[in-house]
Amino acid sequence: MLKIDGLRVNYGGIEAVKGIDFEVPEGKIVTLIGANGAGKSTILRTIAGLVKPAAGRIRLQAEDITALSPDRIVSKGITLVPEGRHVFPDLTVLENLKIGAYLRTDDLNHDLEWVYSLFPRLKERSWQAAGTLSGGEQQMLAVGRALMSRPKLMMMDEPSLGLAPLVVKDIFSIIRKINEQGVTILLIEQNANMALHTADLAYVLETGRLTLSGTGEELLKNEAVKKAYLG
Amino acid sequence: MIKEKKSKTGAFVALVCVVLLLILTIVLENVLDPTKNIMLFTVLKKGAVYALVASSMNLLNGFTGLFSLGQAGFMLLGAYTYAILTIPAASRDSVYYLYGGSAIHFSLPELFGGGVFGLILGVLIALILAGLVAAGVAWLIGLPVLRLKSDYLAIATLGFAEIIRAVFQWDKLGPVTNGANALKSFPTFSSFNIPGGLRLSTFVAFLLAAVCIAVILLLINSSYGRAFKSIREDEIAAEAMGINLAKHKRLSFCISSFFAGVGGGMFAMFANQAQAKTFTTAMTYEILLIVVIGGIGSISGSCIASFLYLATSEWWLRFLDSEITLQNGFKAPLLRNGFRMVVFSIVIMIVVLFFRRGIMGDKELPDLFWKRKAKAAGKEGAK
Repeated sequence: MLKIDGLRVNYGGIEAVKGIDFEVPEGKIVTLIGANGAGKSTILRTIAGLVKPAAGRIRLQAEDITALSPDRIVSKGITLVPEGRHVFPDLTVLENLKIGAYLRTDDLNHDLEWVYSLFPRLKERSWQAAGTLSGGEQQMLAVGRALMSRPKLMMMDEPSLGLAPLVVKDIFSIIRKINEQGVTILLIEQNANMALHTADLAYVLETGRLTLSGTGEELLKNEAVKKAYLG
Repeated sequence: MIKEKKSKTGAFVALVCVVLLLILTIVLENVLDPTKNIMLFTVLKKGAVYALVASSMNLLNGFTGLFSLGQAGFMLLGAYTYAILTIPAASRDSVYYLYGGSAIHFSLPELFGGGVFGLILGVLIALILAGLVAAGVAWLIGLPVLRLKSDYLAIATLGFAEIIRAVFQWDKLGPVTNGANALKSFPTFSSFNIPGGLRLSTFVAFLLAAVCIAVILLLINSSYGRAFKSIREDEIAAEAMGINLAKHKRLSFCISSFFAGVGGGMFAMFANQAQAKTFTTAMTYEILLIVVIGGIGSISGSCIASFLYLATSEWWLRFLDSEITLQNGFKAPLLRNGFRMVVFSIVIMIVVLFFRRGIMGDKELPDLFWKRKAKAAGKEGAK
């Protein structure tokens, strides 16, 4: 579905991504794992169009989407759940969700019901300012908001960041549920254990280069991965 | 779904309130003698103009989060456009006497055949053109300026307003702008008073302001308004949601300037003249003060604050400016010319101290009622 060839990105004067190739097959959960500063977030931000690549191609279903503007990329069906949630704190939960569907002109009720069925908590709090939600609820809102654009591919940047282990478990089970309903997912995580258990396909990223790839199961058993990320 | 119904009845109630208010202005102006209540009607008319300009500034500063201080500049553009287009052809020679007549020889109200119909249509079109000129200039200067953020944007727009003010006083432009002299003789609010009949000047000011503010409110409650608010809250997330930042910032800037331009035209109608030197930075600060006191992100706050601000600064504290000597010869201390502004500054400081987020915060007037109702419903539910 998404194919990336020879992607290089300069970020803040350094080369953060040094030529990587990978693929996200349709209907799968794919994860990129790696330490801080490995270039994971940069890759997602580049795919979303927030950062321009120095070289390389990004293709969505054979269509070249390299360096399109972010709004064009969203309308093509790729959406990003940014790191640290970034909900709009003074807007209500419902307004946050509606902004997720900003580029759509059709009826939203069906998708609102879908998001509310995935996250019943959001329905209870739909008139509350998003800033007053707990961390876990904000993450749910960020995911729900991204789903409102009805994406083919949802990219998630560290969904477990700053959340309690139980909440993280919830979030990951919902990620699986969303995936079962036909949304392809590209996930980056520092919580390698959780990510590898969830993912169909995983890549390991080290200082801007891909060093390992395989199914989640394979990487969980890999000695090098165990030593570096699973402890 | 229930909420939608509620907001519909809410809009209906608001409409009824506005209509009542408009009727009240007609009644007030015809029952009270305007020559004996000059201050009241000055405050009402200027308040309506300032309410519109403050709302337009709030759209930009409060809802989109772009800190711009160019409002007086856009008002100036609007005021001049309105005045130049509506001065009657017969009066042009006397207005432009220093420059041997005007470069423009037509007048919109006369172009539409004069009379009541020509006056209404001419003034309306001149006001719309005033807005369009301001919006067009906003679009142009927005291209470079909107790349800046917060304080830098404020300084750039402030500089723009000063440049505009200087340019309009330039002698070479005399045949169009009348140089540093005032433009006058154009239709004002008082032109709408029916001779020997109803006095409608305050009503016209309120009607124009109400229509424009209603448009601003509709915009804020549309999906564009939501996009503006999301840019204010978090640019990164807004961009990731597919909101084109540059386009929406420009849109907000142009619309805000459009209404500032219309407000400028109305200010000229209120003041009976248009002169570049009145549109100073101090005027922008006055409007900024109204926005902050009313509540950043509240249109009803801006409206309430503009009337309170003008009433306090121009009317209610007037008595402090003249010396008062009691019958027993006791002279009240401190009262002399200028003391009013001292007291006024203290009042503002007190207001800002006690209402940290302005009078209304980011709530609108109807929110206060809904909240109370919701609370009452909650209590009943608990029982």
